[in-house]
Amino acid sequence: MEPRDENREGLGGMANPGRYGIERVAYWLMRLSGLGLLAYFIGHIYETSSILRGEAGWDELLELTSTPELHIMLVIVIGMCVFHTVNGIRVMLGHGGVGVGRPTRPDYPYPPASQNARHKIAIYSAIVLAAIAMVYGSTVLFGV
Amino acid sequence: MRDTITLRVKRSESGGFDTFEVPVQKWTTVLECILYAKHYMDTSIAVRYSCRQATCGSCGMRINGRPALACFTKVSELDSDTITVEPMSNFPIIRDLAVRFDRLFENHHRIRPYLEPGDADDKREHLQSPAELDRYIQFANCIKCGLCNSACPTMATDTTFVGPQALAQAYRYVADSRDTGKDKRLSIIDDSHGIWRCHFAGSCSQVCPKGVDPAMGIQLLRGYMLGFRG
Repeated sequence: MEPRDENREGLGGMANPGRYGIERVAYWLMRLSGLGLLAYFIGHIYETSSILRGEAGWDELLELTSTPELHIMLVIVIGMCVFHTVNGIRVMLGHGGVGVGRPTRPDYPYPPASQNARHKIAIYSAIVLAAIAMVYGSTVLFGV
Repeated sequence: MRDTITLRVKRSESGGFDTFEVPVQKWTTVLECILYAKHYMDTSIAVRYSCRQATCGSCGMRINGRPALACFTKVSELDSDTITVEPMSNFPIIRDLAVRFDRLFENHHRIRPYLEPGDADDKREHLQSPAELDRYIQFANCIKCGLCNSACPTMATDTTFVGPQALAQAYRYVADSRDTGKDKRLSIIDDSHGIWRCHFAGSCSQVCPKGVDPAMGIQLLRGYMLGFRG
């Protein structure tokens, strides 16, 4: 019988952070923050290129980026940057086979050694450090 | 615990769910619920199963949104009066809960899932120490149920990704001290849609019913390919 469809979960399934614990949330946040940082990078190039229009052009754009809305965006960028860096180090080490446990004879209920406490601590640390950086960034940008 | 549960079965003909009230006991499995509905309420429900003891890997499906073996999932574990069963994601549907495994088996075969002893004329027994056995025996538990491929976020979007099942099996043979086909296997998976496509989300390991931990095998293999591990 011919297959009716591929039944792929698609982007919706890939981006769904539920069902599989904090590791899948980290996976989702990693992609989200990566895309966010890419968008910021493009915006940043556009911003700094305004200097080509001379001092007036630079001041004009600087004024635009000094609004509360842009400050909130910068605070989010700080959070994304910190999370992406810390979680990226965890993932890079994992990709090298570091900290993923060692093969053994598993016992029921088979807790996966690759999803061990060190990884969970690293993920929560990335989230907490991102939150702290965002709070600090807010105090600097908003002068609280 | 209630005496009955509501079983929602995804139907491929209508695209919707059919609902059945099924009697349950403390030890009733999801597969038993489906078979009860099939035997006494609607014989047209299509479901694949065989051993009923998590050995054959036939009854993989999404149970309340998460890939699991129906025979290995007790109703009492789910803590829900409504159980929704759907076919595994990332596999073509044959009908209702039955899916095709062609791609999984193709990818499994691609990584040469057999020992290559080198000298074919060598008839000696190849001894292994317990430590050498421990390096791969966990990955030899794979029953090819496909749950890992169903949970994998890369499989959800990349139709050419080799998948966690095949990659974990590649590690199983690479780590075997009796095997000499390491270079051939590594050249097969050393591809942008091979091992480098895994992003270590770890969902494959969380749904594996046999404790294979494909994510660990993939990362260990990648570490070996990157030169971090011997």
